[in-house]
Amino acid sequence: MSISIEEHDYIGLSEVNMEKKACEVANNNKDLNLKATELRLGLPGSESPEREAVNGGVIKNLVAGAKRGFSDTINGGSGKWVFSVNGGSEVDLVKNGGGLFSCSKVENMNSGLGVGSVKESAVLASPKPVLLEKKVQVSANSSNGQTSAPAPKQQVVGWPPIRSFRKNTMAVSHTKNEEETDGKMGSGCLYVKVSMDGAPYLRKVDLEIYSSYLDLSSALEKMFSCFTIGQYGSHGAPTRDGLSESRLMDLLHGSEYVLTYEDKDGDWMLVGDVPWDMFIRSCKRMRIMKSSDAIGLAPRAMEKCRNRT
Amino acid sequence: MDPDLTKPWALPEEFLKRTFALINSDKDRNSASLVCKDWYNAERFSRRHVSIRNCYSVSPEIVAARFPGIRSVTLKGKPRFSDFNLVPEDWGADVQSWLSVFAAAYPFLEELRLKRMAVSDESLEYLAMNFHGFKALSLLSCDGFSTIGLEAIVTHCKNLTELDLQENGIDDLGGDWLSYVPENLTSLEVLNFAALDSEVSFDALESLVSRCKSLRVLKVNRKISLDQLRRLIELAPKLTELGTGSFAEDLVSSSVTELESAFSKCRDLHTLSGFWDVTLLYLPVIFPVCGNLTFLNLSYATLGAIELECILTRCKSLRRLWVLDTVGDEGLEMVGSCCPLLEELRVFPADPFNQELGVTESGFLSVSNGCPNLHYVLYFCQRMTNAAVATVAQNCPNFTHFRLCIMSPGEPDYLTNEPMDEAFGAIVKTCPNLRRLSVSGRLTDLAFEYIGNHAKNLETFSVAFAGTSDLGMEYVMRGCPKLRRVEIRDCPFGDNALLSGLAQYESMRSLWMSACNVTTDGCKKLADEMPRLNVEVIKDDGGEDGSADKVYIYRTVAGPRTDAPPFVVTL
Repeated sequence: MSISIEEHDYIGLSEVNMEKKACEVANNNKDLNLKATELRLGLPGSESPEREAVNGGVIKNLVAGAKRGFSDTINGGSGKWVFSVNGGSEVDLVKNGGGLFSCSKVENMNSGLGVGSVKESAVLASPKPVLLEKKVQVSANSSNGQTSAPAPKQQVVGWPPIRSFRKNTMAVSHTKNEEETDGKMGSGCLYVKVSMDGAPYLRKVDLEIYSSYLDLSSALEKMFSCFTIGQYGSHGAPTRDGLSESRLMDLLHGSEYVLTYEDKDGDWMLVGDVPWDMFIRSCKRMRIMKSSDAIGLAPRAMEKCRNRT
Repeated sequence: MDPDLTKPWALPEEFLKRTFALINSDKDRNSASLVCKDWYNAERFSRRHVSIRNCYSVSPEIVAARFPGIRSVTLKGKPRFSDFNLVPEDWGADVQSWLSVFAAAYPFLEELRLKRMAVSDESLEYLAMNFHGFKALSLLSCDGFSTIGLEAIVTHCKNLTELDLQENGIDDLGGDWLSYVPENLTSLEVLNFAALDSEVSFDALESLVSRCKSLRVLKVNRKISLDQLRRLIELAPKLTELGTGSFAEDLVSSSVTELESAFSKCRDLHTLSGFWDVTLLYLPVIFPVCGNLTFLNLSYATLGAIELECILTRCKSLRRLWVLDTVGDEGLEMVGSCCPLLEELRVFPADPFNQELGVTESGFLSVSNGCPNLHYVLYFCQRMTNAAVATVAQNCPNFTHFRLCIMSPGEPDYLTNEPMDEAFGAIVKTCPNLRRLSVSGRLTDLAFEYIGNHAKNLETFSVAFAGTSDLGMEYVMRGCPKLRRVEIRDCPFGDNALLSGLAQYESMRSLWMSACNVTTDGCKKLADEMPRLNVEVIKDDGGEDGSADKVYIYRTVAGPRTDAPPFVVTL
């Protein structure tokens, strides 16, 4: 294969490259054998352009609406594949399923093909480059009465210029039962509110990003440091080897504030009493309260812990 | 300040003060302030509202020093292309630095309208706690905050009249925030939470709507059912703008008649939006108010032509219409035949990557045939022809805003396979009042030549995947004297093109160029020539050294940014 693999970040290729590619494309057109061995963008088992006549639905989609079909441009040999110096005809590729969009910026490159192979195969790939999440639209379109999946286009970052809010909303509309994938409500985020007595602000933390009480307490310390008067104190060397609960115990014994949390049952407990995993599963919100208010929490926490296990 | 008696034209200070207090237009104020020192001072003391359209063009300290009496601020931050993920996170535009200055300078600040700013919960809390008379908050396309910040606002702003949340990148942690509105708050006039996902307490909402007798704008979110909506509008028949929530037909116990009756009592309603899940079953309940509607936003409703016709035949007064392209060309025919007074049309794509659906040049033509007053259009389509756009221009010579987005980059006229140069040529030649233009499709430098030669009132220009050489950009930069904001992506414009705009940049708000052929050397040259511009290069990982992949250039009196993240380099 003589097509060079290059990163481009816009459609207009440089003049030199365009002419070079024109020859290569023309060559490949005539060389069926090469095509057979070429990397493609399509689904496994998807046909090459010439064989797509068998898969009638796809042709229909391409040809419908007076758009020139992929097969026209291949078979017509009318020179439409040739890049003009002015960068005209790369549009043909663009239209016929993917083209040479800014590969360095292509979103969601699917099926693990590298950028290089995309550039190669984009030229002659099946006009059905499938983006995995576009399955969503594929099924939606089927339900609109289409007999076969239309050719979804490759995505370019930020194109078409539609705000994320609208994109996300329409995606939900199309697949009503599918969970929103923007991560806010799905697994992967476990936001809980953290309040501190005497502070005017609440904070929120994502418990998923911490792996231990130690992490959590450092993060909280940073967040609320402006409100404590050094109450979290210096931590020196941990007296108990490796046990992250020790730090919070230090807080409890040595400082004015304690870290507590409300669990799923609505009870307020001291943070640090239960194993970390159990904690993040049951914690609904946290509160940094004055030690004096926390009297009586510790025994209850132990009690509960015993009841659970 | 005594009037200088040696200047016979000097007016008494009191006279100036009172006169200036009456001037509301910022533009007029800006002009007046240039006349002489007296007028400058009279203007600045009497100004109550300031609009800062680029938060980095000026510093909060400078604003506070010049305008001591501000009560209302509009602040815009990130470049518009940040809406389309072209600007990295943590780029800037943090509102906090403004709030900190305002807390001291404008403790009586009442209104804050933010667009594309980074807003944290802490900032919202800060706002709520430090401005005791604060009344109106509007956030559009902002991000960085969650519903916790909203809690702070509704808890502490005792005089809240407006809470308007539109299309923000908000972390929706639940609908509790609404329940924090105090029982004794009755001042609310505008409440828009349509873009939030979580369910709010309906009891709290109902109670709020019931006791806020001045409520005029209510836009609820998708979780509000038709039954609940009915209850709300029965409590607030004086609404002028309503966002209807889901409008889904599932599990509705109210009859069509009951709903219709509720709507019929809303005689002041002129704007409707929402309709997220509307179907033909309950659509008719809005018929009683259609006759008064001037703005109908159906851009989240997957309606077809038939449903649209149903509504539009009754919307004789409609001025502004936003729809999804699910209505198709047939739907747009309805628009053309039913809405002769239409001035603005926006057609959004329901499924941008599906070439089979959507609207075409045919729909565009139909609308232009029936709506000669059309002056604002935003049209997303899969294909277009030069001839159609030329006819549209003939039919609607009053375009002020023409934004055509042919969704395949570099798409030619699908009938003739020609570039779309003539289409935009026709627009700029026929529409002398054109202020905003967004082009698309395959365009050669000729299109830009047309624009440079004819679009003499052009202020905002957006272009993507177009042009053939530096000449394109040069034509526009040299030919359009009133440019304010130019945004370019994925075009073959290089350093020469960039430098051709030298004479313009100080009178422009900003220039954005990404994925073009600009180099850091070229930017440096520009920066050296024009010290009053900030020439910022946003470094992309893996970009070649020397090439400036994303460039943002804007005039400023505040000097280089002091809060720039490491990937933003000011040259």
